[in-house]
Amino acid sequence: MAKKIVTALVGATLLGLGAQGASAATLADVKAKGFLQCGVNTGLTGFASPDSAGNWTGFDVDFCKAVAAAVFGDATKVKYTPLSAKERFPAVQSGEVDVLSRNTTWTINRDTALGLNFRPVTYYDGQGFMVRKSLNVKSALELSGAAVCVQTGTTTELNLADYFKTNNLQYNPVVFEKLEEVNSAYDAGRCDVYTTDQSGLYSLRLTLAAPDDHEVLPEIISKEPLGPAVRQGDDQWFDIISWVHYALVNAEDFGITQANVEEMKKSANPDIQRFLGVEADSKIGTDLGLTNDWAVNIIKAVGNYGEVFDRNIGAGSPLKIERGLNALWNKGGLQYAPPVR
Amino acid sequence: MVTQNPSFVRRDILPPIAPPTKTGGVVHWLRTNLFATPKDTVLSLLALALLVWVLPHAANWLFVNASWSGTDRSVCSTVAQGGIKPDGWSGACWAFVADKFPQFMFGRYPVEERWRPMLVAVLFIALLIPILMPSVKHKAVNAVLLFGALPVVAFVLLLGGVFGLPYVETPLWGGLLVTLILSFVGISVSLPLGIMLALGRRSTLPVIRLLSTIFIEVVRGIPLITVLFMASVMLPLFLPQGMTVDKLLRALIGVSLFASAYMAEVIRGGLQAIPKGQYEGADSLGLGYWQKTGLIILPQALKLVIPGIVNTFIGLFKDTSLVSIIGMFDLLGIVRLNFSDSAWASPVTPMSGLVFAGFVFWIFCFGMSRYSGFMERVLDRGHKR
Repeated sequence: MAKKIVTALVGATLLGLGAQGASAATLADVKAKGFLQCGVNTGLTGFASPDSAGNWTGFDVDFCKAVAAAVFGDATKVKYTPLSAKERFPAVQSGEVDVLSRNTTWTINRDTALGLNFRPVTYYDGQGFMVRKSLNVKSALELSGAAVCVQTGTTTELNLADYFKTNNLQYNPVVFEKLEEVNSAYDAGRCDVYTTDQSGLYSLRLTLAAPDDHEVLPEIISKEPLGPAVRQGDDQWFDIISWVHYALVNAEDFGITQANVEEMKKSANPDIQRFLGVEADSKIGTDLGLTNDWAVNIIKAVGNYGEVFDRNIGAGSPLKIERGLNALWNKGGLQYAPPVR
Repeated sequence: MVTQNPSFVRRDILPPIAPPTKTGGVVHWLRTNLFATPKDTVLSLLALALLVWVLPHAANWLFVNASWSGTDRSVCSTVAQGGIKPDGWSGACWAFVADKFPQFMFGRYPVEERWRPMLVAVLFIALLIPILMPSVKHKAVNAVLLFGALPVVAFVLLLGGVFGLPYVETPLWGGLLVTLILSFVGISVSLPLGIMLALGRRSTLPVIRLLSTIFIEVVRGIPLITVLFMASVMLPLFLPQGMTVDKLLRALIGVSLFASAYMAEVIRGGLQAIPKGQYEGADSLGLGYWQKTGLIILPQALKLVIPGIVNTFIGLFKDTSLVSIIGMFDLLGIVRLNFSDSAWASPVTPMSGLVFAGFVFWIFCFGMSRYSGFMERVLDRGHKR
């Protein structure tokens, strides 16, 4: 009961402040302070992590850079706030960060009760299982009685409980606070099964002593659409965040890359001309509150969606995640952007 | 009549001979310390077997098999794992530590500005060493420089924004730099504040006594992790939109107040141990409260509780790693953060990083512990047992 009251109080506080922040013109604020404050993960392989020089890199980080490029024409005008899972929503509510780009799953509760707005899904993820090949398990339905390694306090843990309950299976959860503890426990054989989002399974492979002795089971037990989140009530800023992602996807669709974007400006294709803002009397950027070359700036800074994917988590990175659901809509995936018209 | 050197009198002195093996030498030491009784013998042999069993593995992993240089994960993973080492290889990945070492020291402090924390470190050491050596004079000047001037200089140097120094915001600070800043401020605030609180709690003035007691009991009753978490998550919600209090400042205040409450109770323990006669003696000499406290009571009480004070310091030093839960990266935090770098992810990377962090923490804590032992001997005035 006491817990419920506390939850209600915190919820009310969040809502109250959400409403209070509703009128804020984020774009003007961001332009006035001269940089974008972007909330990122406190370290997730491929999505947000420091390189050897200490600069933030990764898939989520590149989205922050793309937003900065769209607003300022300069991808370096970003400051990163590393946020833990618990800190992330209050940080958006209080205006501490302008956009949350932190592998956050879009759910109805977060979209409504928490006073956030989600739109583009930058990465379609889903929870999967990894097991040792020696167990000879071919489906998650054969996992009855298994010891399952899972990180506590995540939706992963809840999905796992739901899945095993629905299918009338018994399991022993082996829970840990930190991801690297879960990894080493699984590698040391303390549990039979490891479960987390598929992207996490790929990064787990990098830390296994014998990666070829393990396999990923075919079942995906949850939908985890990951994407950026902003405060509710600022439609202009929400549009900008959404269209930054759509610009990345459209660029891949048109075949515009970081290398050829200047050439593409001379393209005879009217769609591309319109997209890159070189059409006469273009209002493609000004309607968003940006300059007409906003898409050009994004592509120059980080490349198109495919390039961002490859560089950070795809074939060009140690993770080697396949495009799968994140391929373009016309190549069997779900990445689909509204037309620029 | 004088006898002329009868043959039974020795003319020269006997050469010294070695003591019997029962009272000296390695064999004696072994016999008395390791093999005195059958039980000792068994335990010694077991311990030896354990060492022989563990040490070669540890040395192998830490030094012989270790990977010392390289630029990415390939030097720390086997062929099956996508690297260049033979299958079955396992060893420390010091190449990871070497590659990330500047980050572990300074966090994401801009590379071209790193001379500033280095300069602060040099100043700090130059002021710290003389104050730690009892034989060096001018302690008062030294203390004013270390606790008064250095924080100001360090603040200006590290933060910048004046005198042509570029501004370096605190979220970029990290690594050992943040650990040491938190510890230094925590230690130098908590000792005086703790003394005040301890005296306050034993004061005869009811309001002061009540306030001190409430502060100590409230702060001691809350876990540090809660204090930090409240400061980082709830505080921004209660402040006007867009207004933020620097995270490092929040952590500094939280850690300092927290350590003060613990320190107060340690010092109060010392105050309780001073016999009533000392107070009465001071009173009969006509000393006032502050003279009595400063000249008679505190010097005795503080000396008694040196182990407790250092214990609190060491605890505080290690507690600073809790700030990583509020998104600040102290030494341990930045080491863990770098586990997520896919360029270095390998089975041995986390272990190597943690061994390194543990070693650095150990060096500092062991140093503090040794110094406190030294101070106990220097200040020993008849309590030694």
